[in-house]
Amino acid sequence: MTPLLQVEGVAKFYGARVGCTDVSFDLYPGEVMGIVGESGSGKSTLLNCLAGHLTPDAGAVRFDTKTDGLRDTVTMREPERRMLGRTDWAFVHQHARDGLRMNVSAGGNVGERLMAVGARHYGSIRDTATDWLGRVEINADRIDDRPTAFSGGMQQRLQIARNLVTGPRLVFMDEPTGGLDVSVQARLLDLLRGLVREMGLSAIIVTHDLAVVRLLADRLMVMKDGHVVETGLTDQVLDDPQHAYTQLLVSSVLQV
Amino acid sequence: MIQVENLSKSFTLHNQGGTVIPVMEGAAFDVAAGECVGLIGASGAGKSTLMRMLYGNYLAASGHVRIGGVDVATAEPREILALRRETLGYVSQFLRVVPRVSTLDVVAEPLLRTGHALDAAQARARELLARLNIPERLWGLSPTTFSGGEQQRVNIARGFAYDYPALLLDEPTASLDATNREVVLTLIEDAKARGAAIVGIFHDEAARDRVCDRVIDAAAFTPGMAA
Repeated sequence: MTPLLQVEGVAKFYGARVGCTDVSFDLYPGEVMGIVGESGSGKSTLLNCLAGHLTPDAGAVRFDTKTDGLRDTVTMREPERRMLGRTDWAFVHQHARDGLRMNVSAGGNVGERLMAVGARHYGSIRDTATDWLGRVEINADRIDDRPTAFSGGMQQRLQIARNLVTGPRLVFMDEPTGGLDVSVQARLLDLLRGLVREMGLSAIIVTHDLAVVRLLADRLMVMKDGHVVETGLTDQVLDDPQHAYTQLLVSSVLQV
Repeated sequence: MIQVENLSKSFTLHNQGGTVIPVMEGAAFDVAAGECVGLIGASGAGKSTLMRMLYGNYLAASGHVRIGGVDVATAEPREILALRRETLGYVSQFLRVVPRVSTLDVVAEPLLRTGHALDAAQARARELLARLNIPERLWGLSPTTFSGGEQQRVNIARGFAYDYPALLLDEPTASLDATNREVVLTLIEDAKARGAAIVGIFHDEAARDRVCDRVIDAAAFTPGMAA
């Protein structure tokens, strides 16, 4: 089986400081990988390098494109990478306002992604948008409201609808449940898990919440100071951590 | 079906002075298809550790665990995930689920993951929940709010929904009343009859005597405890 994403020796430096370095892994179709680590560990830098938002200083990020197989997205031309960003990839930001157009209606936010890949028929765009709002549990009668009138949890669900409407194969998520109430988090996790299974998505989720990765991720990568210190099956890394830092991380979680 | 070879394990506690605790040494046994093997030994002998190593939840220090053509001790996460999806089931003592997901969906999930149709998966889930005497009015609710015994039975229903060729059972009859205990023992006997290889921990001696073909004393693999 060809990996969907093949990451080899990726590094990003901010001057003399290390953003992330020497990161390599393969992600296969249908796999969900979590990246955990404390603030400043380089997990968001890595995610942005993988998603083409930052240009890594070294290494290759190969994606299994529909037409040409594995291609290095780092050396790819900008228009091609942008096309991937609109079709095969999706990026869910921690703050929904970074991923939404706040002055456009909810329906417009979802429809815009469809139009970016060539949909033109107003009626069918609106139908698809309505269908997706339903899937992320937003009432159809809110379709013409702007996201500014939505709660934080609703904005996050709208962002997910906007991202998944074009049927991507790989979703990057940066703290998707950060800043939400625990009850809203649970709902979002349930939704994400359902979508991942139904659509056969692969996902890379950056978070500092170990409970989130336990429920969502198949595999886990632990980062510290820009380095990957441990990788493995999620439950194995959390229940039998090998590295000193991972042991500290796991034992620091407050029990409810 | 399950072959354990020279398996060893130690825990290194980096944040507690680097203490190394050897917990297992030279574990070796086979379990054939249709056979049920009970793990015995006092508390702390390493029964649960061994089970967790068979499931890939704990990392082996050395040795091999061969289940259905995969060496769990050395396999890639992807291979272990596929093994857990299609070959190796595990009924633990604790139910861990996404909040808000209904009991019926929790039980049907192993079937949906292996490509069974929704109708068939839910029909099987209903049948198991009914057999395990979970009241039908609870099926649409999340099991997170259930009593300990109910959660245990949901866990068992989930573990037996799909016909795994190999099964690990951690105290499947603990905290069950006589009626439900009988249902679980029948489920285990049925699984053996269809050819499943089973490793179980049973503190309930009568249950162990009934379903286990033989027992293995985990203390034999515990450094410093072997006679």
